[in-house]
Amino acid sequence: MLKKLNNIGDSAIVCDFGDEVNQTINKEVIKLFHFIKKQSELEKIEGILNCTPSYNKLVISFDLKKTNYKIVSDFISSAQFTNLNYTQEKKQWNIPICYDFEMDLTNMSKELKLDKEEIINIHTKSTYFIYMIGFVPGHPFMGDVDKKLFLNRLKTPRVRVPTGSVGIVEKFCNIYPYESPGGWNIIGRTPIKLFNSKDDLNPCLLSPGDSIKFKLISKKEFNSFANE
Amino acid sequence: MSDSFFKVLRSGINTTYQDEGRFGLQHLGIPPGGCMDQKSFLVANAVVGNKKNYGVIEFVYQGPMLKLVKGKTKIGITGNVHFKIIKSNNVIIDGECDRSYNLKEGDTIDILATKKSTYGYLSIEGGFKLKPFFNSVSTLVKSKIGPNRGNKIKVDDKVIINENSKNKNNFKATNSSEDINIIRVLKGPQYNYFSEESKKKFFSQNYKITNLTDRMGMRLQGASLKNIISTNIRSEGITKGAIQVPADGQPIILLTDHPTIGGYPKIANIISADYDLLVQKTPGINILFKCISLQEAEQLYKSNCNNISKILKSIMEII
Repeated sequence: MLKKLNNIGDSAIVCDFGDEVNQTINKEVIKLFHFIKKQSELEKIEGILNCTPSYNKLVISFDLKKTNYKIVSDFISSAQFTNLNYTQEKKQWNIPICYDFEMDLTNMSKELKLDKEEIINIHTKSTYFIYMIGFVPGHPFMGDVDKKLFLNRLKTPRVRVPTGSVGIVEKFCNIYPYESPGGWNIIGRTPIKLFNSKDDLNPCLLSPGDSIKFKLISKKEFNSFANE
Repeated sequence: MSDSFFKVLRSGINTTYQDEGRFGLQHLGIPPGGCMDQKSFLVANAVVGNKKNYGVIEFVYQGPMLKLVKGKTKIGITGNVHFKIIKSNNVIIDGECDRSYNLKEGDTIDILATKKSTYGYLSIEGGFKLKPFFNSVSTLVKSKIGPNRGNKIKVDDKVIINENSKNKNNFKATNSSEDINIIRVLKGPQYNYFSEESKKKFFSQNYKITNLTDRMGMRLQGASLKNIISTNIRSEGITKGAIQVPADGQPIILLTDHPTIGGYPKIANIISADYDLLVQKTPGINILFKCISLQEAEQLYKSNCNNISKILKSIMEII
């Protein structure tokens, strides 16, 4: 449920769905996201520049030359979007993962008191829902990780996490689209490119609201994927 | 079609192609980007007679040195910039901002430095020949997005011109800018996460702009802000001008190439009307935040737009 609307600066609005983080709430956020995007495309609302869904909020930025906080917040308050169905927008993905590229399995095994195979089995079994994409282009925040695998962030973040690394923190799972510093527990790597700046139609593979399942591959398969 | 081009003899600092920005992709992790100082961007296009806002070259502190190897063009430089034009016959002209100059084959522009400001802009009549990505030619260097394969412009690069100059006349804008160090803000979404004393300090003490400032953000140094609720929040969408405060209590203003989502509490947001003024300030300068209402911010935005329109309308042919 949409709980409240507030301005962020003079040219953005935050739609707040409450403090909880779960898929039910996030699906409402994503519903409003699709609704605003559609209404903006249909020119039912003017001046929308960006809509950014996160776990429990939607931030909408607008062009102050064309609209303002009052107009946008009135539009959202009077919108009937909860009954809308956006199933056609959701995609299911199978993402190959090679666990040979793990960086933290030994420590995880110690901390979780599970052997490595068990951790891998538990990780591949779940379906991961994409709560949001962001921080950097194409970076998915997914969940929920099985309770047995809950872990904190690394005490000292790594300076360099390779592209495609798959990480876990608490109930969330991510994939690094670029080589970057990072504090997540790395359990494997995917050869799939999440972001392609040369593709000017669909540069980003995943979208908020999609879900993925990991499919275990060998190092040999990883290399043949990577060479494609 | 033309194959007219400049050769880059010196790249300058953080020299990139930029325009008004790239919108509608923040849900995929791509911030709007674009020229840091949008007013200078608009004036840059107008002084070379462009009816449309083409991408321009943005530089920081020191600009590039460019030699027109082939063709003829009309250039304009905006911001507060010290530059020279070296004609092919070795005559040197001291450049003046906010006006246009005609360049012929063999002429060189040497953009030496910005004066008491950070960003400068170079525009040409008809624009540079660039391939847009989602309707924008802005470069997001960190993610390798945009023209020039998402890279900064470097020495020996070719800067290609869309079409040779058609108009012999030159133009000049009357542009005045005020240089005040008071930056107006609205209370941020987590304003109440901070102690009463910290809120008071935030609006009464100077914050110094540090060297840790780039297109992504501006780190400030001043009274430490004490968070009384939580130094982390659930990550949420970021907008430019948000002032976030991490656990060390020193504010960071998120700028044009900001991360798309973030998990630090935000004490305030820069108003749109003061954004261009803020980004032009250099490290070492002290700024003072002033809290105003949303209605005032909207009014100030309107008068700011009117001022820009006035500058654009002031453009006259130079006789």
